[in-house]
Amino acid sequence: MLTANPQLTADKKLKHLLTTEGLPKKLIEQILETADQFVSVGDREVKKVPLLRGKSVFNLFFENSTRTRTTFEIAAKRLSADVINLNIGASSASKGESLLDTIDNLAAMNADMFIVRHSQSGASHLIAQHVKAGIAVINAGDGRHAHPTQGLLDMYTIRHYKKSFHNLSVAIVGDILHSRVARSGIHALTTLGCPDVRVIGPATLIPSEVERMGVSVHHDMHRGLEGVDVVIMLRLQSERMSGPLLPSAHEFFKNYGLNAEKLARAKPDAIVMHPGPMNRGVEIESGIADGCQSVILPQVTFGIAVRMAVMAMVTGN
Amino acid sequence: MKIEIKNGRLIDPATNRNENASLYIADGVVVGMGGEPGMSDGSEASNGEALRNFTPDKVIDASGKIVCPGLVDLCARLREPGFEYRATLESEMRAAVAGGVTSLVCPPDTDPALDEPGLVEMLKRRATMANLARVYPLGALTLGLKGEKLAEMTELHEAGCVGFFQADHPIRDTMVLYRALQYAATFGYTVWLRPQEAYLAADGIAHDGEVSTRLGLAGIPVSAETVAIATITTLMRETGAKVHLARISSAAGVELVRLAKSAGLPLSCDVGIHHLLLTDRDIGYFDSQYRFTPPLRSPTDRDALSRAVIDGTIDAICSDHTPHDDDAKHVPFGEAQAGATALETLLSLTLKWADNQQVPLPLALKKITSDPARVVDLKAGQFLLGAAADVCIFNPQSFWVIAAKTLMSQGKNTPYLGRELQGKVTHTLVNGQLVFPS
Repeated sequence: MLTANPQLTADKKLKHLLTTEGLPKKLIEQILETADQFVSVGDREVKKVPLLRGKSVFNLFFENSTRTRTTFEIAAKRLSADVINLNIGASSASKGESLLDTIDNLAAMNADMFIVRHSQSGASHLIAQHVKAGIAVINAGDGRHAHPTQGLLDMYTIRHYKKSFHNLSVAIVGDILHSRVARSGIHALTTLGCPDVRVIGPATLIPSEVERMGVSVHHDMHRGLEGVDVVIMLRLQSERMSGPLLPSAHEFFKNYGLNAEKLARAKPDAIVMHPGPMNRGVEIESGIADGCQSVILPQVTFGIAVRMAVMAMVTGN
Repeated sequence: MKIEIKNGRLIDPATNRNENASLYIADGVVVGMGGEPGMSDGSEASNGEALRNFTPDKVIDASGKIVCPGLVDLCARLREPGFEYRATLESEMRAAVAGGVTSLVCPPDTDPALDEPGLVEMLKRRATMANLARVYPLGALTLGLKGEKLAEMTELHEAGCVGFFQADHPIRDTMVLYRALQYAATFGYTVWLRPQEAYLAADGIAHDGEVSTRLGLAGIPVSAETVAIATITTLMRETGAKVHLARISSAAGVELVRLAKSAGLPLSCDVGIHHLLLTDRDIGYFDSQYRFTPPLRSPTDRDALSRAVIDGTIDAICSDHTPHDDDAKHVPFGEAQAGATALETLLSLTLKWADNQQVPLPLALKKITSDPARVVDLKAGQFLLGAAADVCIFNPQSFWVIAAKTLMSQGKNTPYLGRELQGKVTHTLVNGQLVFPS
């Protein structure tokens, strides 16, 4: 049964960040503007602001990740929060403790915020509905469903280089089926008014009725990249590179790997993005990844500012 | 003991009886229907002669209520043996009669599975001792429901099994399915199958479509159902087996059933009540109460299922009663157990469906009384002179709130928790004995 958007307060402020779907346009813009103020913090001698002083932020990673966990940790520390990293995969869950029991125990340690990554779609929603008022939940990736801070940092990056979303064409390429990054990106782009969002990949990696999310589907990457301003490449998990979804990484690269020839179909000033970690020679040619159109490293830098913005906003700052 | 149920509206869908009349019961059996005892209206059923000197020991005043045959449910999990932490025979039989259900078919997906006669006899004995609803077990089609070796069907049949079912464990090896159908056909047993192709459904969680894509839930395509139905009906033609398809979920599945039936195959099928009311849209923000097996599908599918119930392509509506403990649903959607407790809501939800679809009340009641009885060949679901008096009396106007407190079932897992439904059972009789309220 549909109830009120669980990530917003009654007066439409950010309470949790669970997905980019259903976030009002104004709120996304506010997150991006808040991130603007935090970008420069990283360049200072003392890389800290005191907004979250005394707050306890729990990094709850039920699925392994070094990169995302680290960027959240850095973001929280730059806001002066106390950060506790928990790699649950190796502790409670393996002892049979239920997800909500783990949450209750940590909440009893006076947690103020949970950053959650979990292999099940909807895990963050479940936690957000369970925790008591005053504890914020930020989804750091749930199954195939959402990775909203990645979606938002992608928006920040696009806005940084392209200024506006109103005349943009954006292509998202690769394993759309299993990608939470793609889903979060699509919702954010359509909300911000991007008129042309394309997904490109073989039919085995395009989810059913994805057009209903407001995108067009292309199987031919050459045609799909025609005239685009932004190319977002997705990571292909190694276990999916050969099997019923794809014959081989080699053939995937041939059809859907980004190389100079395919990129030439995009606008000359098109930017190339990737959420990382990259598989060079599978999704993307090294020359492109390191080339002048690549904004993959700035994405990482902006990611910290965007995560700081979200953490500040869910704690009422 | 003589009972008169009077002043109610007597609806017996099997005989098209729908009138303000009394129901007369003596020594556990129906002895008459009609106006005043002795005032025969000329029909055989009114049984004027026998009622001339009828003096009831007990009168049930059914003013403003509907008096219909006790409900027959084609799928109610009682959770014994093996899953007593989810529910017990006692709790679920109390739930059944509280919902007006007097006969229920239980699937073999217990632990251990109902694959040997001793288990079936024990279940039947415990059910008889409880002295509430009648229990008709389905035996496991294959040992341990593993889809490898056939269960002893004749032994199980003699122990009281009314058919053989694979429950939610599809047979992967088509040759095993072929042999199972051949063997069952030898003895005229009905094989029950939930049409789901094992590989297409393998890791799926929700209907493959817009909602599963948006929520990032692995999809179960409609083809998982249609491929299975096509396989089953093809093998039916070759083996002559009688098959009941349990829990149809899609428009395309309905179409295949319609074709098979019009070709004269001995095929029947049912649908779970929730699939007539809900769709995958209702999952909302990952509400695990809406996880079902088969999955809730699209609005188009739901509407096709409704039409198929009305035109008779789908023979019966069942509760697909699946009680769980709370923990089974307080986990991420993909880890949640499927199904809902539904014995007590079957009638109210069927009335809600009938109201939504403007289906006449007698037709709706037929789908939960005489039509399911016909599927299992039971002498139940209708008022027959001289036959056991299994009766459901309900107030079609009264509202009740579905809540943990108001449910007798040990399972409180239902999408309707906290909601108000119309139509409440006030009395249930089995063998002419009042079993609800107890």
